[in-house]
Amino acid sequence: MAEDYVIEMLHITKEFPGIKANDDITLQLRRGEVHALLGENGAGKSTLMSVLFGLYQPEQGTIRKNGKEVQIRDPNDANALGIGMVHQHFKLVECFSVLDNIILGVEPNKLGFLQKAEARKKVMALSEKYGLRVDPDALVSDISVGMQQRVEILKMLYRDNEILIFDEPTAVLTPQEIDELMEIMRGFKKEGKSILFITHKLNEIMAVADRCTVLRKGKYAGVVDIAHTTKEELSRLMVGRDVQLQVEKAPAKPGEVILDVQGVTVPGSNHKKDAVRDVSFQVRAGEIVCLAGIEGNGQTEFVYGLTGLEKVSAGKITFCGQDITHTSIRQRSKDGMSHIPEDRHKHGLILDYSLENNMVLQRYWQSEFQNHGFIRKDKVREYSDRLIEQYDVRSGQGSVTIARSMSGGNQQKAIIAREIDRDPKLLVAVQPTRGLDVGAIEYIHHQIVAQRDAGKAVLLVSLELDEVMNLSDRILVMYEGEVVGEFDPKTTTVQELGLYMAGARKQGKGE
Amino acid sequence: MSGSMDKKKMLSRSGTGRSAFVSVLAALLCILIGLVCGYLVLLAINAEHAWADGFVRILKGGFYDAPYGVGRTLANAAPLVMTGLSVAFAFKTGLFNIGAAGQYTLGAYGALYCAIVLHLPWYVGLIASAVLGGLWGAIPGLFKAYLNINEVITSIMFNWIGLYLVNEIIYGNGTGVMYDSRNTRTWNLRRMEGAEGVTIPDFGLNDMFQTNSTTIAIFLSIVVAILIWVILDKTTFGYELKAVGLNKHAARYAGINEKKNLVLSMVIAGALAGFGAGLYYLSGVSEWNPLNSTTLPAMGFNGISVALLASSNPIGTIFSALFISHITVGGSFLSTRYYPTEVADLISGIIIYLCAFSMLFRGKIAKLLSGGKRADKSGEKEG
Amino acid sequence: MLLLIKYTLLYGIVLMLVALGGMFSEHSGIINIALEGIMVIGGVAGVLALTLLPASMPAWMIVVVSILAAAVAGMVYSLLLAFASINLKADQTIGGTALNLLATAVAVVLSKYFSESGSAKLNYSNRPFLFNIGGLELSVFVPLGLVLLVISFVVMYKTRLGLRLRACGEHPQAAASVGINVYKMRYTGVLISGALGAIGGMAYIVPPVQTWNFEVGVAGAGFLALAVMIFGQWKPFHIFGAAMFFAVFKSLANIADSTFLANLGWSSNIYNMMPFIASMIILAFTSKNSMAPKAEGIPYDKGSR
Repeated sequence: MAEDYVIEMLHITKEFPGIKANDDITLQLRRGEVHALLGENGAGKSTLMSVLFGLYQPEQGTIRKNGKEVQIRDPNDANALGIGMVHQHFKLVECFSVLDNIILGVEPNKLGFLQKAEARKKVMALSEKYGLRVDPDALVSDISVGMQQRVEILKMLYRDNEILIFDEPTAVLTPQEIDELMEIMRGFKKEGKSILFITHKLNEIMAVADRCTVLRKGKYAGVVDIAHTTKEELSRLMVGRDVQLQVEKAPAKPGEVILDVQGVTVPGSNHKKDAVRDVSFQVRAGEIVCLAGIEGNGQTEFVYGLTGLEKVSAGKITFCGQDITHTSIRQRSKDGMSHIPEDRHKHGLILDYSLENNMVLQRYWQSEFQNHGFIRKDKVREYSDRLIEQYDVRSGQGSVTIARSMSGGNQQKAIIAREIDRDPKLLVAVQPTRGLDVGAIEYIHHQIVAQRDAGKAVLLVSLELDEVMNLSDRILVMYEGEVVGEFDPKTTTVQELGLYMAGARKQGKGE
Repeated sequence: MSGSMDKKKMLSRSGTGRSAFVSVLAALLCILIGLVCGYLVLLAINAEHAWADGFVRILKGGFYDAPYGVGRTLANAAPLVMTGLSVAFAFKTGLFNIGAAGQYTLGAYGALYCAIVLHLPWYVGLIASAVLGGLWGAIPGLFKAYLNINEVITSIMFNWIGLYLVNEIIYGNGTGVMYDSRNTRTWNLRRMEGAEGVTIPDFGLNDMFQTNSTTIAIFLSIVVAILIWVILDKTTFGYELKAVGLNKHAARYAGINEKKNLVLSMVIAGALAGFGAGLYYLSGVSEWNPLNSTTLPAMGFNGISVALLASSNPIGTIFSALFISHITVGGSFLSTRYYPTEVADLISGIIIYLCAFSMLFRGKIAKLLSGGKRADKSGEKEG
Repeated sequence: MLLLIKYTLLYGIVLMLVALGGMFSEHSGIINIALEGIMVIGGVAGVLALTLLPASMPAWMIVVVSILAAAVAGMVYSLLLAFASINLKADQTIGGTALNLLATAVAVVLSKYFSESGSAKLNYSNRPFLFNIGGLELSVFVPLGLVLLVISFVVMYKTRLGLRLRACGEHPQAAASVGINVYKMRYTGVLISGALGAIGGMAYIVPPVQTWNFEVGVAGAGFLALAVMIFGQWKPFHIFGAAMFFAVFKSLANIADSTFLANLGWSSNIYNMMPFIASMIILAFTSKNSMAPKAEGIPYDKGSR
């Protein structure tokens, strides 16, 4: 007897100009299982799921539902086949109510006029049944990220989907919320629904999945039974070689205080409450201090305040003994503060400038690169060529490559080269490895540790707990704009950090 | 209104040799399609005369009645280069200066006031026109920098405010000092008493072209175009302006004062448009009509065509301005017995519509040139 | 005073119709800066219909047919904007500006072609459009506009179409992910704006006078309607209020010479300037909490995530 597959994707190939995102990939989903899809950033997971959801048409390959071949041309087809998806970036209309978002696309109506009463009844019943608490009349812009995810799940349930795709659903959740989500997934499984769970986090797969399909660089790397495998084997399949899960580093030798932050408060956008409240800490030369926390708890705004992108409304920032609370961005940069920004496309690079013009973004005004206001293009080229060589930045045409056309990993390397080469006293690195593959991550971690060992102060902001635990010498947890605890990575656990990150615990002041 | 920055980024992408070549080809393609459409319109209106009395006259432009027509082409091209530069400069710095018409209006006032009322020499008038134009350009810049209001909407509003304001001052209920009630226009500079030296010198050009308004204005505009090219391409100031235009967040991150640069961009753009008005009115090409309160000066909007056709390249604006001026003059030679002269406007309207998506043409041409095998690695495939 | 009310209503309805058009387009995600041009096209089409229709036709039929002609012409013209900005992903502001320039040229060429004199002036009779209530002479566009206002509100907030349209203007990727055809919705929005803008253009030209020179276009009324739309926060009834507010200034300009205002000695230029200045002041104060659709102006690409 053939196996009971509810969905089969056979030999899928999907190309984009210049890149094969999916190359002959097969994925078979059994009825009533939780099936993980594992791969690095850029391995082709999202593309494969977009094919299943009808957002892309594959060049080759077939999709079967219950053994019969089907065509999925758009999300409507997917919906008709009972396939629903919680996207990594939520697909919610912010200024619509929760209810409007749930019914959008399948609105109950008479002659085109909306009939919301019956929709509300059904949503409330589903919310009750699965314990997915939501307020149907609240605007999406006003609810928490956790509730937004519940709305996305309700969207699938409202459409009576039986195949549920979760695309990196845990990135925005605390460890405790992740446990809750796992419980909800198990509940769906009991009901006979089939779940595809996309992730790059091994722990979560071990905890909840039955089987796991692994992708590597757009290709199929294998499928394994979770009961008979280990994390090491999974990571080997994912990367194609043994991976150093730990970063090698000697104990820190902290020196003098480089950065001293006292009672810093940064106002939030839209005149809401302060994004950062009364934050105080110090960073010394030769140590890596990490700001950990769930996204949106004030880390971004704190860095804006620290680097001068936003004004701080209270407090004092002392840098190498000088008060820089109100100095300009340029002045802070001159004083020796380097900044690897969170969003490399928004802040880090001018994508339509050439690589060489990006390499001098922080120093084009120095006399080395200009003469009476005229740019010395030969010097710029020389400098850029040296950085490219020294930091192994790969691009199509070297210095004249337009930054937009470079891969994400090499764009990030270019930024890191630019910021480190300025020989800073303090390196502020915000999510320096986001969206990169393991090779690039290893390289960047190595560079950051090297900076520390060279006696620089490093302030790292990261959402990835693995990175936090691996790299830092001290950990500060931020929750709702405040620092709620300080930890030594050698003596704390991910679970303990999680409780602080979720706001369930808080250390007293002066601890 | 949250304007789309993406396309503007592409518009202002600085060109290497090859991409410049592609831009030229794309522009020529736009022109070709525009001309074909114009011919079809001529055919539809009067098929019999469409070729010889219609299309050929437009194509010949000023050469239909040389040298007089050529002189007119040059006289009209000078302000067009300037308004084109104004729009192009703003594009390069990430702004859409739809307000060139208003800045031009203010510039005209500045120039005419210096000439008619103060009898100041022409170069002072030119400076005054640039200053007033820059002032009018500063307003949308300030609104954008400090109130985050899209420059397009502000520029449009201030176009009209500028027009009503200038008309009100010049007309002054029929008693304005600059107003010649017999001609219902401002005083003619060449026939005005005590006004030697207020007009831009022609160094014999008028005799050469048998006109009375072909001055060195066209050469002045070319000099300014080269100057703008140098500023944008060679200086740290240009580096900063373009950085702000392409990505104001990254510019700020790099310690560039993006608000100051934004306002400066608009001031310069406004000054360029105002200067264009100075070139036009101080050459005495025509006089200002303060009774016309319903249409903005076309020169301002044609500047948009010029800039688009030139892919915002300052040197390119010289040529595209000459072209637009060429077919407009050609249109005026159409025999009004058969055709409305506005067919030329129709053609330039179609061309600018096509230019709006010339990015697409450029992409297609680039692909064709490389045989379609150039595999641009699209940077962001991860995530 | 009656005169003031009359002009305010006449002009306010024009601004409201055009602004409602802009609202539909922008809620679907397309900035429609071409409204000025669409008004011109609607005006020339409607007036041409008036001059070409046989005078023997019953008055009501002339009204219906010419308004329909205007609406259809506006929709066809707006297709150019839709095609450029939706299919070709052109910059919407530049595309719209091009269409504004083109519209005047088209209108002048057409009117010169059809007019007897060879100038861009067309003569027509506006009799069928006017009626009297208690000494107040109004045009049919006033009741028509009010009806369209109510319909606009209902469509926008009570129907499936409205919900989907707004979703496309706020977050097209979200709309696409639930199976909504974003391209189709945006086309719908732009086409509705074409029809409303064109009717507005005709309402601007026809009721007050019996001859129109198309060289002057509609003198910035379309741009003012954009300001009305922003001031009205993209909401139908707010737009109505904003339109009436702006219209008061315009009416003052019209009646300045013949009433007590003449004593002030202000010329019509000053009154004409006022709505533009007022709109800038209002924008300056309301810019902090703009209700603009989030995705407006951004081309939607199926392939992008």
